[in-house]
Amino acid sequence: MTLRHIIGLALIAAVLPLAVPWLGFVFTLAVGKGLAALGVAVLLRGGLISIGHALYFAVGAYATAFLMRNDGINEFLLLLLLSTVVATLVGLVVGVFMVRYRAIFFAMLNLAVSMVFFTLLSKMYHVTGGTDGLRVATPTLFGFAPSRVQFNSVLQYGSLILMIGAALIVDRYLRSPLGEALSAVHSNEVRLEYLGVSARRVILIAYAASAALAGLGGTVTAFAVGHIVPELSYWTISGQLVLIAVLGGIGGTPGAFIGAFFLELVRTFAVGFAADAWNVIIGIALLIVIFFLPEGLYGLLHRTGKQGSTP
Amino acid sequence: MSSAYIPLIVDGLADAALIFFVAVGLTLVFSVMRILNVAHGSFYALGAYISVVIGLWLTGRGGPVLGLAALVISPVLIAVLLGPLIELTLLRWTYGRPEALQILVTFGLFLILEDAQKLIFGVQPYSQDTPMQILGITRIGGIVYLNYQLILVLMAVLVAVGLRLMLKRTRIGKLIVTVVTDQELAQTLGIDSSRVFILAFSLGVFLAALGGALASPTVGVAPGLGSETIVLAFAVAAIGGLGQIEGAALAAILVGLTRSAAIYFAPEFQPVAPYLVMLAVLLVRPFGLFGSIGLRRI
Amino acid sequence: MTAILSVRDLHINFGGVKAADGVDLEIFPHELVAVIGPNGSGKTTFLNLCTGYISPSQGSVTFEGQAITDLRPRQITRRGIARAFQIPQLFTGHSLIDNVMLAIAAQRGIWQPFRPLAQREYLDEARRTLGLLSLDEAADLPTATLPEGMRKLADIAIALALKPRLLLLDEPTSGVSTAEKFPLMDKIVSVLRAGKITALFVEHDMDMVERYADRVLVWDAGRVIATGAPGEILRSADVLERVIGVS
Ligand SMILES: Nc1ncnc2c1ncn2[C@@H]1O[C@H](COP(=O)(O)OP(=O)(O)OP(=O)(O)O)[C@@H](O)[C@H]1O
Ligand SMILES: [Mg+2]
Repeated sequence: MTLRHIIGLALIAAVLPLAVPWLGFVFTLAVGKGLAALGVAVLLRGGLISIGHALYFAVGAYATAFLMRNDGINEFLLLLLLSTVVATLVGLVVGVFMVRYRAIFFAMLNLAVSMVFFTLLSKMYHVTGGTDGLRVATPTLFGFAPSRVQFNSVLQYGSLILMIGAALIVDRYLRSPLGEALSAVHSNEVRLEYLGVSARRVILIAYAASAALAGLGGTVTAFAVGHIVPELSYWTISGQLVLIAVLGGIGGTPGAFIGAFFLELVRTFAVGFAADAWNVIIGIALLIVIFFLPEGLYGLLHRTGKQGSTP
Repeated sequence: MSSAYIPLIVDGLADAALIFFVAVGLTLVFSVMRILNVAHGSFYALGAYISVVIGLWLTGRGGPVLGLAALVISPVLIAVLLGPLIELTLLRWTYGRPEALQILVTFGLFLILEDAQKLIFGVQPYSQDTPMQILGITRIGGIVYLNYQLILVLMAVLVAVGLRLMLKRTRIGKLIVTVVTDQELAQTLGIDSSRVFILAFSLGVFLAALGGALASPTVGVAPGLGSETIVLAFAVAAIGGLGQIEGAALAAILVGLTRSAAIYFAPEFQPVAPYLVMLAVLLVRPFGLFGSIGLRRI
Repeated sequence: MTAILSVRDLHINFGGVKAADGVDLEIFPHELVAVIGPNGSGKTTFLNLCTGYISPSQGSVTFEGQAITDLRPRQITRRGIARAFQIPQLFTGHSLIDNVMLAIAAQRGIWQPFRPLAQREYLDEARRTLGLLSLDEAADLPTATLPEGMRKLADIAIALALKPRLLLLDEPTSGVSTAEKFPLMDKIVSVLRAGKITALFVEHDMDMVERYADRVLVWDAGRVIATGAPGEILRSADVLERVIGVS
């Protein structure tokens, strides 16, 4: 099911830009956000809402910029990998503290940590470029230096492969004992402890995984845009990630990407005819989906799929 | 302690007063409806914008003293117009649904209100410090105090005491407390919790808007005010312990003083001060200063 | 014979209520002990104290010769004590069989991120466990929709899946109809005997106590006021008045 849907989505995202080239960029951004939203969706499985995951999104993006600027690492795949590792490590360290909290307190602490990070990014001009942000140059590919245009195509299709890979891996994880234990944290943490399982450790692994996904998403975004700013870590981005995750539907891993594609498309069109009102449009779209599609956009696909298969 | 620190403390307390209005509104709404309202900061911003606009208008008609009235009129106006409307249309639907949905519905509202403000008031900052000017200063022992700041602190104390008294003594207050402590009992007693919700939410909106209105003479009012305020209010409400009025008051003082100390000693880090306080407090007391959680019966 | 569980002088207060007020007792291997006592006498609190859900203000709990007084429920479970609850504690988002498979996974190693929970081995064992309590028919139903009696059984099935050496059952048949009580307890007891599992069950139905218990502990106001064989205990005037008269 997941496999079919995610590959379907990837095919659409691969083919449409052949007709409408600028969509390629929009879709790459959508994959970046979708990866991060998938991280948020993983935590939602455990009933944990993070309004601070833009932190890891920004960590991924800034890690890429720093690695290129300070360490002279320019290899695309290596940068993807290292930035994700950095985000995972930050997630592990922060996670050790976060796993002690639940519900609203978990949400708010993530918010607080991300806001501290946002302020540091904005104020430490000499390290982070302050509010001007940092440039992310075009990286090399296996030693070759592609032109910007060539790199964009590589990124566009490469990110779709990342999307498929991430969706399938997360899908397996959620079905594994460890992933099912994460939902068990949500439904009955007391029982889980009475099975001899540490709920905190289950959450910590999910938290690190979600940080990894958000970091990977941030790196993809940094490469796509070529310029990063502290706003990547601002809480409204975190809010958007939760929005995408729920909008898409947390019923399955493709949901996060469907939500992200939807949001980026709406944003692109909104900027065209109502630049000042795109938040209003997103807000209303969100409320409509919440009120009328309780299982999110992915639930819609699921439902029609099911109806189709039953005679 | 050297008297050089007195202005610092007064600044801190005035800041605390403004933070308290928003945070206590947030905490009140949370304790009654069990909803974390992300759009709460937008009411603060609206309070600021509308009081500036009405203030300028009134000043034009009847002079600056009449303009002062705007600081109280506008929050009342916002609470009466938006409170019941939003509670009845949006929030009511979310009761009993998953937390993620509740937060998202208010996040949707936040997005809509943020842009609505830009569309209505534009993106240029507004400022209107006449109320602060006309109230003047007081000099005690060689130290100059802004009367406006003293009044802010006084009002915060009045609001805190007033809220406590209202919840303890008045009929509607007792109804609210019953709904908070035991929803089922409230239902069996025949309490119309729907009315209680509307009232409590509108009161929350009023407090946020009041904070914004009273802040408007001291800051430039510009886009982003709402989103900055809500995270601050979250931090303060969490520090105090969600749903705790006294907790919110103490947390506001703590955050207000820390912020003004930060402005003095390390201005770049003033914005992170509230979060550092929050992290420190929750590390020691996971449910906030006054918060606690009962063990689940198993 | 040395006790498998021994409890010394446990105390805990809730506000003014002394829910444990000097509890002293021992449970011996392969015993089936009934705990009786009026509502609010502290029976559930005793189980909470033994399993680390709450910590006593004073006193100690020893399991198989080792102090477990300050351990968390998770650690105590890993040492071999499982519990079924007065209010069934289920994973309401999962089907019944998933609940049991989670318990099996917890016992065998939950830290597998890429093999599915629903693997052959776990499925088979979960079905076997459900079969012991005649729950096979309900295996694929979501636990949230099960009737109360079945929820209690599901909770016991989860506890059994953990393969404990000591099992604590809090009113195991309270949601079950009178006609089904005995057949059900027969099943539970045969599992206990087959697995050589020591067990303690809280019970309000004196017929059940009489029929199944090797020994009875009588609770009142946070302490054990009598212990002995069911025959003699259930005929003691004092116990009759305090426990059965009230409940
Ligand atoms: N977490 C708690 N907080 C406050 N009081 C508690 C708590 N747990 C138990 N009590 C009180 O302790 C006393 C003993 O309760 P407990 O649940 O242990 O009784 P019980 O013997 O299991 O009763 P029943 O037969 O009704 O299940 C009761 O007065 C109860 O109200
Ligand atoms: Mg009990």
